[in-house]
Amino acid sequence: MTSKKRTAFRWTVRLLMWTATALTAALVVALVVYVMAKGVPHITWELLSTETSYLYDRKGILPNILNTIYIILAALVLVIPLGVGAAVYLTEYAKNKRLVAAIEYAAEILSGIPSIIYGLVGMLVFSEFLGLGSSLLAGALTLVIMNLPTIMRSTQESLKTVPQSYREGAFGLGAGKWRTIRTVVLPGCVDGVITGCILSVGRILGESAALLFTAGTANNLNGLFEAMTAPGSTLTVALYYYAKEEGEFEVAFAIAAILMVLSLLINLAATWVTRHFQRRKAL
Amino acid sequence: MEMKKNTRSWQKHMEQVVYGIFLLLGLITIGCVLLITVYLVISGIPAIRQIGLVEFLFGDTWKPTAAEPSYGILPFILTSVYGTAGAIVLGVPIGFFTAVYLAKMAPRKIKLVVEQAVSMLAGIPSVVYGLVGMMVLVPGIRELFDLSDGACLLAAIVVLAVMILPSIIKMSVTALEAVPKEYEDASLALGATPEETWFRVSVPAAKSGIAAAVVLGVGRAIGEAMAVMMVSGNVANMPGLFESVRFLTTAVASEMGYASGLQRQALFSVALVLFVFIMLINAALNYFLKGDRKS
Repeated sequence: MTSKKRTAFRWTVRLLMWTATALTAALVVALVVYVMAKGVPHITWELLSTETSYLYDRKGILPNILNTIYIILAALVLVIPLGVGAAVYLTEYAKNKRLVAAIEYAAEILSGIPSIIYGLVGMLVFSEFLGLGSSLLAGALTLVIMNLPTIMRSTQESLKTVPQSYREGAFGLGAGKWRTIRTVVLPGCVDGVITGCILSVGRILGESAALLFTAGTANNLNGLFEAMTAPGSTLTVALYYYAKEEGEFEVAFAIAAILMVLSLLINLAATWVTRHFQRRKAL
Repeated sequence: MEMKKNTRSWQKHMEQVVYGIFLLLGLITIGCVLLITVYLVISGIPAIRQIGLVEFLFGDTWKPTAAEPSYGILPFILTSVYGTAGAIVLGVPIGFFTAVYLAKMAPRKIKLVVEQAVSMLAGIPSVVYGLVGMMVLVPGIRELFDLSDGACLLAAIVVLAVMILPSIIKMSVTALEAVPKEYEDASLALGATPEETWFRVSVPAAKSGIAAAVVLGVGRAIGEAMAVMMVSGNVANMPGLFESVRFLTTAVASEMGYASGLQRQALFSVALVLFVFIMLINAALNYFLKGDRKS
């Protein structure tokens, strides 16, 4: 290879790498700036604190904010025990390697299934078969299946870092298997559960296709327990409806800006938590 | 003595019960996959049997509400395939070169900032992408190509390309960083420049990881519903770059709300077809990841 060719190769790939990276970075900046510029001016106290009313010609997203919070809480309350339990089984009990592989493969499949399919199956199973109808509870149950792999995997990761000697110590002192898990193993996986929860909250916050037919599209103001059995739209579903069905772009951009800020915060929280726990583990 | 024995056997029972509970929880992921598969197959098969598999898969008109209804989903299948392929063609080169830069060349600070930005991109809800696409991309395409409506396959491809970038970049960076340093050192010692080393040694060594990243991107793109629904026009045409089109996902999302009878059942069959696609992609992903683990 002549040296001219080598120089040409060098600069071509450098140029390609720089362009690609600059493009990616510019894309993120442009997206954030555009959504903020279009959305923030329309975030008013009235929008945040009232419900939409055609009578008073008023747009309000309080019901959607509450529905989002309710559905996150309900999904997490249900998914944490399931996900942690599955992780404990895999790391502490399971001896059959094939079964472990099958469970992990199933988790992989679950995380690859598109949300619209979850929405469809959630509608068939929870709304129709179990008779929950269009309700936040049906939506939350659908989200539980979606987020199971996330919680399971992050718990599993942190269980692996609990030193074997801790378990041996507990056994040596005469503790049974369950007692060892309860007192030694579970406290060691709190960081994994927290990381998993943050990731799940991010995913639930951004979810729309799975909720369209399970949680419905109503915009009524409800208390926590009423809301569980009533249909209600989260922020993302509301955004979709305001933008696509009603052409209310000001409200849509206001919601988009709120979602953008929240997802940024979740990102920072995830980074911070991972770093924090890593540092503590290193000590 | 008697009491001690009692507590011990009680404890043993308790351990058994706890074991049973954890076993059940462990099997729950398998249970969920079975539940989803069984439900999709059971609800998807009847319409296919009634319409006929060939006519369903290869029929080129979808008119479920016409006087003489026809249920051909070829337009949806082709749109999903073309849309995904377009997103890959557009997104993979950008993602690939960004990943090589981040993994090998970037100074630490730039790397941290760009990686944070990429995570940010991954966290943005798909409806926000849809909204921005609706307001910026669709009018832009209409002006640029002088169309009557800018909501078309091209708009969906651009949105999908942006949406798959984070998964491609993150997974490729992980694969490239896992390449043993010895390989690169050996190449450098033989007189190759850093750039030659990255592209002729590191990239080939990480190829199955990068392939897995692309397959993951394919899975993301084919499964995305809301964002493409907002920018693709949502009419069941055969795909063309400037045609208003409907994907497998958006067919389900847009009609499920009001469909009934055979139309509703046909939508379940559409979901089943989508599920089969996803399972194939999953198998491919597993194949590439296993290849990586072996080498």
